[in-house]
Amino acid sequence: MALGTTRRRSPDQARWGTYAILFAIIIVSIFPLYWSVVVSSRDQSAIGRYPPPLVPGGSLWDNLEKAFEQGNFGLALTNSVIVAGTITIAVVFTSTLAGFAFAKLTFRGRGGLFAAVVGTMLVPTQLAIIPLYIMVTQWFGWSNDLRGVIVPALVSAFGVFFMRQYLYSAMPTELLEAGRVDGASTLRIYWSVVLPIARPGAAVLGLLTFITYWNDLFWPLILLNTQNPTVQVAIANTRSGIEVDYSLVLAGTVIATFPMLIVFLVLGRQIIGGIMQGAVKG
Amino acid sequence: MTVRTSEQLDNRGAPPDSPGRPSGPSSRRQAWRSRLYRFDVKGSPYLYVLPFFGLFAVFGLFPLVYTAIISTTAWSPRKPGSEDVSVGLDNYGKLLSDDNFHNSLINTFGIGLVSTVPQLLLALGIAHLLNYRLRGRLFLRMGVLVPYITSVAAVALIFNQIFARDFGLLNWVLQPFMDNPLDWRADKWSSWLAVSTMVIWHWTGYNALIYLAAMQTIPYELYESASIDGASKWQQFWHITIPSLRPTIIFTVIVSTIGALQLFAEPFLFDTTRNSNGGPEREFQTVVLYLYQQFWTNGRYGYAAAIAWTLFLITVVIALVNFLLVRRIRSADD
Repeated sequence: MALGTTRRRSPDQARWGTYAILFAIIIVSIFPLYWSVVVSSRDQSAIGRYPPPLVPGGSLWDNLEKAFEQGNFGLALTNSVIVAGTITIAVVFTSTLAGFAFAKLTFRGRGGLFAAVVGTMLVPTQLAIIPLYIMVTQWFGWSNDLRGVIVPALVSAFGVFFMRQYLYSAMPTELLEAGRVDGASTLRIYWSVVLPIARPGAAVLGLLTFITYWNDLFWPLILLNTQNPTVQVAIANTRSGIEVDYSLVLAGTVIATFPMLIVFLVLGRQIIGGIMQGAVKG
Repeated sequence: MTVRTSEQLDNRGAPPDSPGRPSGPSSRRQAWRSRLYRFDVKGSPYLYVLPFFGLFAVFGLFPLVYTAIISTTAWSPRKPGSEDVSVGLDNYGKLLSDDNFHNSLINTFGIGLVSTVPQLLLALGIAHLLNYRLRGRLFLRMGVLVPYITSVAAVALIFNQIFARDFGLLNWVLQPFMDNPLDWRADKWSSWLAVSTMVIWHWTGYNALIYLAAMQTIPYELYESASIDGASKWQQFWHITIPSLRPTIIFTVIVSTIGALQLFAEPFLFDTTRNSNGGPEREFQTVVLYLYQQFWTNGRYGYAAAIAWTLFLITVVIALVNFLLVRRIRSADD
């Protein structure tokens, strides 16, 4: 599924003007990240001066180290890996299971239930924040606890939708029938036929889910305090105090962004393919 | 088609009782087997969708209903027992005359407009450029998508420096044109522009890729025959590309609108008031930021829940209007 798109016939060859505009756009895309490196590699005093420095200075490591200690980033990074990782595994698993049922199995109420999945995609979950907070902290006793961040996010309507669309076209129905003729149970078929076929789609869903929850702020911000933050909560907390030390604040954003940039550099092709594939089928 | 095949299989797996066979433990086992098989085919699909619907019911649907209930109380964690004090629809009545709520609605729609319209137009243009035959396609697409993988929190904090009054990057660039450095947070239009810039920067590339994917499904023959008929590039874009993209454009408009109504992190982190006021005079306090302030800073659960439900209803109405418009346009086409 490489890029998830089929090019019917090549459109027109781009001219240099096209490249020039695209390069300008990419510079705008990358500049804020570059700027965060520039600021976090300088002392606060160098930033508070006109003209501002436009190239990185030599204090990057010092500032990163300082931010790391002050912002509790060691724990924050670990927490983010645990949160995003657990949610990703669970979402991929539950979505593949439900997506398979919606794509290939017949049962009464399938159409209505699938419409319900699509409908719930449009419901903004952050509006339910007050009961969620009461439930998680008072009923389950998970205040300042990673479980409170993880458990409400274990399923995803988008994930079910995505895997249903993927399996609908990727898995031949004959395979299901053949498995049944051989006397295999549906669960057995799911395990040894569906899962291997679903792997490329599941990998893309996993990537998109990981990015989403690595970057999530609203709910972790409410539930977790500075003693036990995720990376995003940690950087959101660096801007406390009247005088903002931008060198340290942006050093925090560098720490929070860097892991995702690495993932993106290695798996960018798959991430782009996933976004474009979801778009065409959606 | 799948319906028929699965019923056929159903019969195949559960052979009808053959009268010649003696009844006994083996036939009972067979009956058990066929029942098991029937459950596997007819019943087990519900088990597979159960994890999704079960967890969604607990952490999605129930909280939404419970929000409605809380919104009819005077619940505040600072007043023990207040969760049982019912106030009927008073919270909603108060909302109607709450100037700060009106202000937050205006801000939300204003920022929504200033961020969504340029964002989608830009995305359309970028997608058009990316649709040319390009060298280094992957590199160019990745470059455009970098903002999407940057977290909202990081985006907001970086732009905080760029839009800072004292020694912000943008004020330095604007220095020759301004007498005094601009305090971006102190005015509605400037703060809306700043917050919208963050949103636009974050989401444009993502939407561009969605448009690009849709553009690539347009058959090239359409363009060929149009150019034989003498249509200019601009005419082709206007009369072939845009109509073919209509479903995708509508999809992105709906998604971006819902996203704009939920805007929180950007104004929250752009704020320097520390109490979620959204600017000294609430210049950029969005509805969700106001909801957060009532819930978290002021501990007014009942009132905050009323805000949440009102916003939910607004979201549903806007989604419905969108949907009806789409149907109207479609039926006008036929």
